[in-house]
Amino acid sequence: MTTSSPNATVQRSLSLLRGLAGAMITLAITLLGLLLVTFVIGRVVPIDPVLSIVGERATAEQYEATRIALGLDKPLWQQFAMYVAAAAQGDLGTSIRTGAPVAEEIARYFPATLELATLGTLIGVLTGVPAGVLAATRPGSLADQIVRLIGLMGYSMPVFWLGLIGLLVFYGQLGWVGGPGRLDPVHQMTLDFSLTQYTGTILIDTALNGAWDVFANALSHIVLPAGILGYVSMAYISRMTRSFMMNELGQEYITTARVKGMPEWRVIWVHAMRNVMVPLITVIALSYAYLLEGSVLTETIFAWPGLGSYITDALFTADMPAVLGGTVVVGVVFVTLNMLSDILYRLVDPRART
Amino acid sequence: MSLLTVENLRVTFDTETGPVQAVRGVSFSLGRERLGIVGESGSGKTMTGRSVLRLIRPPGRIEADRMEFDGQDLMRIPETGMRALRGRRIAMVMQDPKFSLNPVMRVGEQLTEGLRRRDRLGRAEAVRKALAALEAVQIRDPERVMQAYPHELSGGMGQRVMIAMMLIPEPDLLIADEPTSALDVTVQAEVLQILDTLVRDRGMGLIFVSHDLRLVARFCDRVLVMYRGRIVEELPARELMAARHPYTRGLLNCLPRIGGARGPLPVLDRSGDWADD
Repeated sequence: MTTSSPNATVQRSLSLLRGLAGAMITLAITLLGLLLVTFVIGRVVPIDPVLSIVGERATAEQYEATRIALGLDKPLWQQFAMYVAAAAQGDLGTSIRTGAPVAEEIARYFPATLELATLGTLIGVLTGVPAGVLAATRPGSLADQIVRLIGLMGYSMPVFWLGLIGLLVFYGQLGWVGGPGRLDPVHQMTLDFSLTQYTGTILIDTALNGAWDVFANALSHIVLPAGILGYVSMAYISRMTRSFMMNELGQEYITTARVKGMPEWRVIWVHAMRNVMVPLITVIALSYAYLLEGSVLTETIFAWPGLGSYITDALFTADMPAVLGGTVVVGVVFVTLNMLSDILYRLVDPRART
Repeated sequence: MSLLTVENLRVTFDTETGPVQAVRGVSFSLGRERLGIVGESGSGKTMTGRSVLRLIRPPGRIEADRMEFDGQDLMRIPETGMRALRGRRIAMVMQDPKFSLNPVMRVGEQLTEGLRRRDRLGRAEAVRKALAALEAVQIRDPERVMQAYPHELSGGMGQRVMIAMMLIPEPDLLIADEPTSALDVTVQAEVLQILDTLVRDRGMGLIFVSHDLRLVARFCDRVLVMYRGRIVEELPARELMAARHPYTRGLLNCLPRIGGARGPLPVLDRSGDWADD
């Protein structure tokens, strides 16, 4: 408002900045802890990193040379410092399976997960929040029962089963959606050879290139897995929204809004919703993080080349640098999302700012 | 002509163990005067106040033989008509500003909301009116208060904001539901003073719900004494201290007196059958 004193505004931004700085420090400490854990795991597992590179028929000299090249002759603390320094520069080691830098490989796999998880979360939020609100405003009604039943099914049905049945019905029988993978092979070739890949997320890249036929094909492939992940996250989000909303609707300030003669939609979507947003942000962030960690089962069933399949494949071939690199990325994603939800939380709830 | 007429009002809650009647046949009428409703917790005084606004949440049900406000039948008009009455013509101040103000909205936004959404005023006009309303409840720096969030205000300030918000549209009837019970004693007097002046100056009707008999005796013209969902006595406020009804006498006897005898206060005798069917 025009009457805002500049002092109060400055103070508010200052406290917001302070919160941000605090969050950054927490972020750094958490990531350091994460690296320590992956480092220790890397040293504890009974897989000799040297042996897995040079092979079993290497000579003692070759073995020793590789050991020194990897820095394994140095004291542990030095090894850890080198590990942190490398990770800070985006070097997560070299994959044993492929000989390529782990960071580069993850950069290729992660966008597929990002695309799937983002679309899934979007579906989950756009359906889950209205469903939860609908149920909360008419507790005990038919709508409430239906929302709760759908939610319960989303909770209890295993995602791989949903995926298989989904493929069988919508791809196999009806042919409404694309099959496994991100694209049909012919469109994959168009993408690989004649389009600029800006982000690695196919939907955005093809839209930027104006390649709408490839876009449509990618959409037909992603819609089923994203729908299934969206359904699972919708089950969680609608349930939480319902309980948060019911709690807020019982509050006295809701009566105040009604006494003021506000229409019911405004009471619910403005007065109550702004308060529901506070805890809901955390719920949505957690559910998004869960999908971003790579939904291994979904990615496996849909042959989706994402982070989940990458880490699983690496595990089966005992490719420790790839597994640990993937773990670090998952950790970074998780911590970053947490920090983002913290910041959003401050924006939504004035009480959290002081 | 009376502003509000209520005949045989009943509020029923359908629970799993059967219906529970919180208000059991209350009748009264109100002009542009100050009517106190007193009674212990659970006597139905709050429910009576809220019934007039038709703001009883399910599973509660309101029934009445007649409930008329300024010639309009409150039992019959549709919800949209009721919304037009709320805020503009009937308003309510609630107990604790900590809960009755929206914690994540600035005070200014809550004050101007009614003016902008309900009365379709422009922003500048709404802000001007809100500032004037804050000044009327003796808030010294209204600009700062407009920018503040409810948790940044003291209880007394919050309640004054609440009163300002409810009096902005100049309603004909104000329901004050224990408006000072959550405040410190020193602040109570101030807030009551403000409420008294505004109600008197604007000549509105007031329903003052309270459990504080002395306050009601001083502050109202007429008093209804409620017990277990019924009105057991109705009398002019100045005669309250000399009430004859055994229940009212019982309530009065439970009040501690400065300089009175020490020792335990008497316990309210509920053995009478004043409220039985």
